[in-house]
Amino acid sequence: MSTEAALANTPVGGGRPRTSPSSVAPGEPRKVGYVYVLPALVMYVLFVLAPFIHTIFLSFFSWDGIGPQEFVGLDNYKDIWKSPVFRSSFVHSIVLIIFYALIPLLLALLLVSIMNRSKIRGLTFYRTALFLPYIVAPTAVAVIWRWLLSPDGPINSGLTAIGLGALTRPWLGDFTFALPAVGMVGTWVMSGLVLVLLLAGVQKIPTSLYEAARIDGAGAWWEFWAVTLPGLRYEIAVVLVLTVTAALRNFDIIYVMTSGGPGTSTIVPSYLVYQQAFIVGSLGGAAAIGFVLAVMIALINYVIARIGGTSS
Amino acid sequence: MISRRDQVLGYVFLTIAAIAALAPFVGVVILALGEPGQIAPTLDISQATHFGNFGDVWNIASFGASMKASTIITVTIVVVSVVLSVPAGYALALAHFPGRSAIFLLFVFGLLIPLEAMIIPLYFDMRKFGLADNYWSVILPDIGFSVAFGAFWMRAFFMGVDRSLTEASRLDGANSWQTLTRILLPLARPQLLTLGVLFFVWNWNDFLLPLVMLAGSEIQTAPISLVYFQGQHTTDYTYLAAGALITIAPVVLIYILLQRSFTRGVLSGATKD
Repeated sequence: MSTEAALANTPVGGGRPRTSPSSVAPGEPRKVGYVYVLPALVMYVLFVLAPFIHTIFLSFFSWDGIGPQEFVGLDNYKDIWKSPVFRSSFVHSIVLIIFYALIPLLLALLLVSIMNRSKIRGLTFYRTALFLPYIVAPTAVAVIWRWLLSPDGPINSGLTAIGLGALTRPWLGDFTFALPAVGMVGTWVMSGLVLVLLLAGVQKIPTSLYEAARIDGAGAWWEFWAVTLPGLRYEIAVVLVLTVTAALRNFDIIYVMTSGGPGTSTIVPSYLVYQQAFIVGSLGGAAAIGFVLAVMIALINYVIARIGGTSS
Repeated sequence: MISRRDQVLGYVFLTIAAIAALAPFVGVVILALGEPGQIAPTLDISQATHFGNFGDVWNIASFGASMKASTIITVTIVVVSVVLSVPAGYALALAHFPGRSAIFLLFVFGLLIPLEAMIIPLYFDMRKFGLADNYWSVILPDIGFSVAFGAFWMRAFFMGVDRSLTEASRLDGANSWQTLTRILLPLARPQLLTLGVLFFVWNWNDFLLPLVMLAGSEIQTAPISLVYFQGQHTTDYTYLAAGALITIAPVVLIYILLQRSFTRGVLSGATKD
């Protein structure tokens, strides 16, 4: 959750590895450190690192889970590129990033700039309410939204009630609108989290910066552009890491709400991994998709961290 | 100066945002208490009296067994992961041994790997060792993910501790274990609580791992019961709403009771001092 954030706050390894005895206080723990770190490290290596490396290995093979594994080189990766369904799953991910990350961020920035650093009473209540969609099980969120979006559900009846009956449709059964509908669920889940984090960030911008901007005759827009936005750079990077990663990994909501359908209009890589591996039985191909997804998440997070300047 | 108008506008928008976040939950509570078995249930608060719906769903979807399984799995993960994360974070912050930075980076690397890139070997390899289709098949991998974050989180805390404290403890003749348990752990109580709450929420809500690892067994976690129930009662929205509320109840309860330490945890990590 706040991992990348804490990472940015602490220099890696506390500076250079201090192995030379002269820089270590005489009685500080040394090799005993291995004993302390070992149990966690063993669990991590056995159940995270080893399976990950095994996934990369499997991605170069054709395997149905029962028969022999046949080495196929890069064929599984070529298939991802060639198959329209596989390729479209990554395109859908990009669309979902708009709904999970960009819309919540823009909404929150708008709200933060309107609120203009006003001191808020009852902040605890607002925080509790705004975080709630983010902390409950995504499977339950999906069940709730399946109802909200159902043909006779509250969203369609609401639209009818305000005279927009022409817009009603079976949202999750519609080839064009199923993906945005699923995306909207992401917007609902993420917006509160993003807002709370930005509100906390904006309170930490020194008042003197705003006073200086005002002395320089800055208007509200310029003040936002020159003070608020740069002041929130770090928080924005953190929320982008959280929301983009969630957009790329939304297995639960897709599984429950659409199973990738109708057709393949809401298929995403994480659902494909499950489907190809455990329903179709194409394990090498599924492993390749999983690895490409991991690379994508790592790359995007790296870019966000660089742009966010968290290395400062 | 913040104008009165801005202040009011701020409250108005914040209230709208809070209503948007809460409205679906309110709707679901009303729905869950409505008359069961309707195709297109209407939300009528005066009809929201069917408290028996929760009992019905509890029995039909066998939530009794799955809530118990979820509790056993989640509590085991939380306790073991916290217990392993503390010494790991301590060593990564305050001990000096070759490879410390490399081990730390290895943990950080793990935070970036999605479960989707591990799930296939996990399933086949754990099956090979007879660890599939039981509690361990979910508990062990989840401890692996959790300690990567936990070591990282506790290290950040121990790095911030005043060195004179550990030095004084050492001069009093305490060894590294005594320094950790007697001096540092009492200070770390808020961080431990936050870590525990985060572990609880993540692991209770977890779906993909138990879905795959428990597929061949009778064991279900609460989210899995909910999803299976939905598969059989696709449009019985009243019961589905009751099931969703049962599934989220423990997390919501813990969240409301400990929300201070939860938000503090998230905010302390995510905003710059």
